Parts: sequence; C-alpha cells; structure tokens
Amino acid sequence: MSTLVIAEHDNASLKPATLNAVAAAQQLGADVDVLVVGGDCAAAAQAAAAIPGVGKVLCADNAAYAHQLAENVSLLIAEVAAGYDNIVAPATTSGKNTMPRVAALLDVAQISDIISVESADTFTRPIYAGNVIATVQSSDAKKVITVRTTAFDGVPAEGGSAAVEALSAVHDAGISSFVGEEVAVSNRPELTAASVVISGGRGMQNGDNFKLLEGIADKLGAAIGASRAAVDAGFVPNDYQVGQTGKIVAPDLYIAVGISGAIQHLAGMKDSKVIVAINKDEDAPIFQVADYGLVADLFAALPEFEAAI
Amino acid sequence: MKALVAVKRVVDYNVKVRAKADGSDVELNNVKMAINPFCEIAVEEAVRLKEAGTVTEVVVVSVGDKSCQEQIRTALALGADRGIHVEVDGRPEPLEIAKLLKGVVEKEQPNLVILGKQSIDGDNNQTGQMLGALTGMPQGTFASEVKIDGDKLNVIREIDGGLQTLQLTLPAIVTTDLRLNEPRYASLPNIMKAKKKPLDVLSPADMGIEIKTHITQLSVAPPPERSAGIKVEDVAQLVDKLKNEAKVIS
Repeated sequence: MSTLVIAEHDNASLKPATLNAVAAAQQLGADVDVLVVGGDCAAAAQAAAAIPGVGKVLCADNAAYAHQLAENVSLLIAEVAAGYDNIVAPATTSGKNTMPRVAALLDVAQISDIISVESADTFTRPIYAGNVIATVQSSDAKKVITVRTTAFDGVPAEGGSAAVEALSAVHDAGISSFVGEEVAVSNRPELTAASVVISGGRGMQNGDNFKLLEGIADKLGAAIGASRAAVDAGFVPNDYQVGQTGKIVAPDLYIAVGISGAIQHLAGMKDSKVIVAINKDEDAPIFQVADYGLVADLFAALPEFEAAI
Repeated sequence: MKALVAVKRVVDYNVKVRAKADGSDVELNNVKMAINPFCEIAVEEAVRLKEAGTVTEVVVVSVGDKSCQEQIRTALALGADRGIHVEVDGRPEPLEIAKLLKGVVEKEQPNLVILGKQSIDGDNNQTGQMLGALTGMPQGTFASEVKIDGDKLNVIREIDGGLQTLQLTLPAIVTTDLRLNEPRYASLPNIMKAKKKPLDVLSPADMGIEIKTHITQLSVAPPPERSAGIKVEDVAQLVDKLKNEAKVIS
C-alpha cells in the first residue's frame, strides 16, 4: 500500500494545507510520498522533503505546470497515480479544481472533503452544509481523496530529509492558458490557517466599517473574514467569505460581528474552538453556537473591545 | 453557438436537513425541493449569453428520476429553449452523472457547457471537472465572470486569496460561483410557455452507459452538537472570559 499526497504550493514555498493532507494520508496506514507539480518549484520540493515521515518527493518541474492548470496537471497526476493506491490532496480551490479530473481519468470516484479516516476504505464527510455527517465506504481499488484541512492537525514542517526525485513527464493539453491573477497581498495570516478569525456580516453596514475589525485583527494577529451577506453587499472581496461554499475555518477563536448565523455560514466556522458573537439582535441564531455572546451595538462594542485587549 | 446547462434537483437551500433517527439516511420526506442554487446561476448565465447574441440555443439537461422534470421546466421558464431528461433512479454518483452528461455532449455537440460548482446536497464539487476530463474539454471552475471571444473563452475564477483569469479553447466547461450573476425570477407567462417547450427523455441504455456504484453510504449522523454558551454583560466581561476562562487571548 502506498499513498501519494499532492502538495499545495506557490512554487516558491509549501502551503500549510499540505501538512494537513499529509496528516490525513498517514492515517490511511500506508507509506506516504509527496508530489510537487509546478514551474520553477524546486524550493517547494525541498520544503516538502523536510516533512518528517515522507518517503520521497516527486518533483515535476515544467512551465506547463507553473500555474496549476487542471487540464495539464491532472494528466500528470493520473499518470503518476499508476504506482499508488491512494491519491490525497487538500480540499483547497486548487485541489477541488484538479482532483475530480484525476479521478475521472482513473475511472474512480472522488471522496471529497473528508473529515476523518475510519479505516483504509471508510471515511466521514459533511454533507448538506455540514448538517449531516455521512460515513462512506469506497469500493474503488484506487482512491482519490480530498481532505478538509481544518479536520486534521498538520504534521510538522521540519525534521525530515526525504530524497527528491525529478519527473520528466510533460503534459501540455494545449487547451487552456493562464492570463493573470489578482491575489490580495496582506500581512495578516491566511484565513484558513489563522488561529484567530474575526468576521463581519451585514450588520457592518458598509465596507468602510470593516476598519473597525482591522485594529482588533492587528492586535490579535487575526485574519479577517465575512459572511456571504457582507460579500454579496460588496463590503469586502469574495475571498473573505466563510461558509458552506466559501472558506471553511476552525481557528482557536472565531469572533462573529454583526452576523446573524445562517446555516450556510455556520457550516464554515462551527468547528472553531471558541466562538464569540457580537450582535444587537439577541435572537440571532449565531448565539446558539457561540460560547460567549454579547448583545450590543457593534459600533460601540468594537472600539471598546479593541481598547481592552 | 449552443450552450448546454446541467441542473440538479436538490433540497431547497432554506431547509435544515436532518439525519433520520436510525442513521440510515437523511430525512427527505415532504421536504421542499428546488433547483440547486449554483445550477440556477448556470441557467441564468446561458440565458444572458443568448440575450447578448453570443449563444443561439440553450439546452438544459438533468439526470435523475421523473421528478427532476420539474426543475427542467423551471430552467425552461427562466429562458432555456429545450430540455433533456436522463432518467435514472436512485442517486447516481458524480462520476456516473459526468458519464451520462458526456453522452449528452456527444449527441448535442455544445460549444459551451455550464454547470453549478457544487450541489448543496452532496457538497461534492466534482461533476463539471469530471466531465472535462471525460470529454477532453478545458474547464473554468468557480467562475465569477465569463466572456466569449471568437473561439476562446476568458473566465475569471475565484481562487483562495483572490481571482485568476484563464483563457480556454472552446468547446469548454464552466462551473459557476455565487458572484457570476443574480438569477432572475420566472414570470408567470414564461412559466406557462415553458410547459410547451420540448423535453426529451433519454435512458442511460440509450447512450450505452451502465451506472456503477463506487461509494456506499454506510450511515449518517448529526454533527457533534455545539451547545450555546453564555451571554456576557459587557465588553469587559467578554475580555475577562477570553483571557481567564477560554485562555484564547493573552
């Protein structure tokens, strides 16, 4: 038995989601190798080699893979998959984009977004916005799995010294090309990896008022998130959205400000260790999941909170 | 240019779905059903492309039992021209749905296939990408903007941390994200007209496809219950609790 983890990286560095995927992969009980597919990605491959417990790192370094185009990358992964029983990737937008293509090329199902490994072929995963947890068993000989990163504590990033093996196979389907990217540059931690998240909802009233969250986020080293209502209203960019169809977060502390708590939002944050809700409506559903609820006008409470921490 | 749109019948997004007490399945009796919200966005996008003169025909397809014809009619009322129902009992898996859609693609030869990025029942987020692999078409998943330029499709995608723009060669697949558009409501005259639009029924056998099972659902359970905590009186008490009881800030 052997497992291949598809690394999440930006060519220069490894993303923490890889460490969560390796943790899930190790629970399958087989040897774990890591595949780094990219362009000029030697640094990311070296970082993957430092993960303790990794057998070897396969590195496919070619311009055709530089932007993780699913059409190209999936052909390579499906080819490399011939030597493995399990193919595991984090359920990031990159993993979600590529892995179903891999599964279809291999003519097997994909088990999406697992939150636990019950045995080598049995997993749990949330369905219906996390209102139900399904236990599912795969009968495919080869398993393609994506992992909900917040459900598995990441393995350490340092301490190992696996060999890096270069793969020369180049797959360029020639049907897609990268045009550009607008990635927000922020000094704050990444939303899905932050230990503290403070999110605003419709109650923030406008985008300018998100500044009230920034001071607190700076003091706590927090990432800033938002409900779908706040994103739809144009207060903040789309990638702030926490929820069923946005980002899934599970920080040590989640502070929901002016968020009523629709089930789709709760699906994205209810596994947080401690939840704080600040809302002026005492009947807001968010209070049903909050460890600490403060019924207050957020415009009064936030400056006071910032001053007190 | 022809657009094919796939739609799925799912539990209405306002319904809070529960596991049955015996854990055998989710409780779906007498639950309100609707077109999957992402599929509705897919229909809207195709109809807008038709209104803009880019697309000449919008064909809507759904895979499921007879009841999904209701969702096909909804899509026809929103502006699709004709429907195809691939009649299948039970709940086929995304890979099997993708294989059936591939059969429809071969028959219809669309230039563009638009699907929702995920259905809000299984939350799998697979079918569009799988159809891409099976047909060899490129994909623009999680799309927030779509522009057709000759035989190319420019698509802006929502990715972790921001937006990515790709150029795809047609025919291509698009899966919709929430921000792609805001779907219209069907007007009563259009709902009436939709009843007269053509709707063909196909079986998997018509396309030479045998439905397989790869994944068995052993049981379902409610998620760990999160009990409501306490209400604090004021900000000072909140900060005190976070520092000294929860110990999550210092």
